[in-house]
Amino acid sequence: MTDTTREVPVSPEKRAAALEIVLRRKADMPKNFVAEFTEHVDDAWITENGAQMVARAWTDPEYRARMLVDGTAAARELGFEFPEHHRNLVVLENTPTVHNVIVCTLCSCTAYTIIGAAPDWYKDLDYRARVVRESRTVLREMGLDLPATTEIRVWDTTADTRYMVLPMQPPATIGWPVQTLATIVTQDSMIGVTRLEQVKG
Amino acid sequence: MDGLHDLGGKQGFGRVKYPSAPHHESWRPLVRALHAFAIESHIYNMDEFRHAIERMTPGHYISAPYFERHVTAIATLLVEKGIVTPAELESLVDGGFPLSRPLGPGRLASPPQSFAVGETVRVKNEFVSGHVRVPAYIRGKTGTIVHISRPTPFPDAAGHKMQAEMEPTYDVRFRARDLWPDTSDEALNHVAVFQSYLEKVESA
Repeated sequence: MTDTTREVPVSPEKRAAALEIVLRRKADMPKNFVAEFTEHVDDAWITENGAQMVARAWTDPEYRARMLVDGTAAARELGFEFPEHHRNLVVLENTPTVHNVIVCTLCSCTAYTIIGAAPDWYKDLDYRARVVRESRTVLREMGLDLPATTEIRVWDTTADTRYMVLPMQPPATIGWPVQTLATIVTQDSMIGVTRLEQVKG
Repeated sequence: MDGLHDLGGKQGFGRVKYPSAPHHESWRPLVRALHAFAIESHIYNMDEFRHAIERMTPGHYISAPYFERHVTAIATLLVEKGIVTPAELESLVDGGFPLSRPLGPGRLASPPQSFAVGETVRVKNEFVSGHVRVPAYIRGKTGTIVHISRPTPFPDAAGHKMQAEMEPTYDVRFRARDLWPDTSDEALNHVAVFQSYLEKVESA
């Protein structure tokens, strides 16, 4: 066995620091890799990317149509990137009677370059276990009480396909410029645990 | 493998802790960056990484925060790839450094077959001890294909560093009441399923 239990584990912070030393010494990780990678993530892999796609879809029917056929191409069209193991982005359209919600029951996969790093609650065991089986109940507990007539579609991210929800545009924002619209699109609405209809003009 | 990571539909869990409390733990972005370096440098692939998390001892998996699971998987893979030894890791931290259980055999993709959007398919009733991306809640169940994604490497092979054929994945739609009769909220459940995990359903 490679697992070792002869001593009490030290904190994960200390273990992470040791791994950094190992990669620097034995795998030639450049000294500035961590800082540069973190800066890149903070600058480039942000919720605003998905928000821009959503706002564009709300204002440009042709873009919306392209996005629903091929989300990957629609993201690239706006200059957004994907890691090698995210080969597909599928955009799921909410309607007055259909609500989409995303989960990864086996780990915590998301389209993080497009909607930003997954929030902690998305990685919670409670969310992963329950939202597939008790979708309406979980959404209600999280503050989204859907009418009984709304069809709920749950999407489990079990392969290299990534999903994002295209929320409905709040009626009060019809006619807003695309950059203003992008500011009202939240990460939670693109995961599908909130809707935006209540947003006021 | 039938591990604790396969959480979909498990009962006994509670309210989601939503919204999440803010945090400022700098070791989390550090772990994310170390993992990114290892992936970029092809020290391991994403399926090997996921499987290393799945191989954590059950008690450790269920109690470890998300990024501690990452720490454990990175360390396990660095040991298995011969980059560091468990003794070196323990010496660096001056204490215990838990790792995942050993790697077992993987398996190759099934012979190619093809399915169409709208087709009814069944998820094979397979029990795989290595890396596999079929959640147990759809095993043996019948659903309808709603979307086909571009080919990606077969995870059961890739997770064991075997020759991983590229194959399409299918978004398959199930009804919650078929998955958990009488004990689920009504919904349409979609799961991304690799081609090798599916079989044809004879039309009546």
